[in-house]
Amino acid sequence: MIAAGEQAPDFTLRNEDGEDVSLADYRGRKVLLIFYPMDFSPVCSDQLSIYQEVKPELAEKGVELVGISVDHVWAHKAFQEKLGIDTTLLADFEPKGEVAKAYGSWFDAGFANRTLVLVDEDGIIAWTYESPTPGEFPGANLIFDALA
Amino acid sequence: MSELGSAPVPPVGPEDHVRDGAAETVIVYADLGCPHCARDWFELGRSGRRVVFRHFPVRSKHPRAPDLHGAAEAAGLQGAFFDFVDSLYADRGHVDDPHLWQRAERFGLDLDRFDRDRRSDAVAARVRRDFESGIRAGVAGTPAVFELPDPR
Repeated sequence: MIAAGEQAPDFTLRNEDGEDVSLADYRGRKVLLIFYPMDFSPVCSDQLSIYQEVKPELAEKGVELVGISVDHVWAHKAFQEKLGIDTTLLADFEPKGEVAKAYGSWFDAGFANRTLVLVDEDGIIAWTYESPTPGEFPGANLIFDALA
Repeated sequence: MSELGSAPVPPVGPEDHVRDGAAETVIVYADLGCPHCARDWFELGRSGRRVVFRHFPVRSKHPRAPDLHGAAEAAGLQGAFFDFVDSLYADRGHVDDPHLWQRAERFGLDLDRFDRDRRSDAVAARVRRDFESGIRAGVAGTPAVFELPDPR
C-alpha cells in the first residue's frame, strides 16, 4: 500500500451525480480517501454511516471525506440515499480499480481493499490505514487519532 | 468539541443499563432502529448473559433512532428501560410518537414526564455519552458486542 510521505497520485473520477472530481480539487484542504469494497454490503450501519455521525467533528478539524469503490455512479447515488449520507462517492469503475491499484488498495478478488488514506493540504499522504481483512471496518476513532 | 480519539471501552458503571444474567457480562452498543440489533438483542436475552446496553443511534441510517433512544432513556428514568427496549425491538414497524405514547401508557409511566424527559438536553447528553464512548472504542457497525472480564 502507498505510504505516508509520498505524493498522493492524482485522479479524476465521477461522483454519484456523474460529475468529474479530481484529487487536485482538494488542494489546500485535508481529504480522507475511504477505499471500500462494494456498495450495499449486508451489514447494518457500517463505516460510512458512522463517519457521517461525526462529520461535524471531522469538518472542525478541516477534513473532507471521499469514498471510493469500483461501483458505478448510479449505484453510488442509490447507496448514498439508502445510507442517508452526503459523503461524496467516486466511481473507480473504468478502468476498473485503476485508482485503488495506484494507491495499493486493491484486493485480488476484484475490488478495492478497505483502507483509509489521509491526504494533507499539499497533496502529500499524511497517514494510511489498511484493514486486516475487507470485512473489518475501521472505526472513526482511528481517524481522530491520526488528526491529533 | 468532543475528543473522539481511541479509548478503551469504559467498564460497566453505576449509570449503565444492566440486564442481569447468570453468565458472563457483555456490553452491547446498539441502535434501536437497526434490524440486526433487534435480532441479536433477543438472542442475547435467551443466552443468559448479563447484558449492558449502550446507546448507539446512527441517525443517517435510521432517522428515528435518536428519538427512540431518547424515549427508552426517558422510560428508564421511570424504571422501564428494558421493557421499552424490548418493545421497540419487538415491533419496529410502530415507532412514531403515538406508538411511543402507547408503550409509555402500557408500562404505567407518567406521560407528561416521559414526553418532557425524552426531549430533554439531559437525556440527549446521556445518549450522546454512550455513543461517543462507542466511537472511541472503535465501534464501526451495529450491534457491537464487547466481552469484558467480569469484575463480579
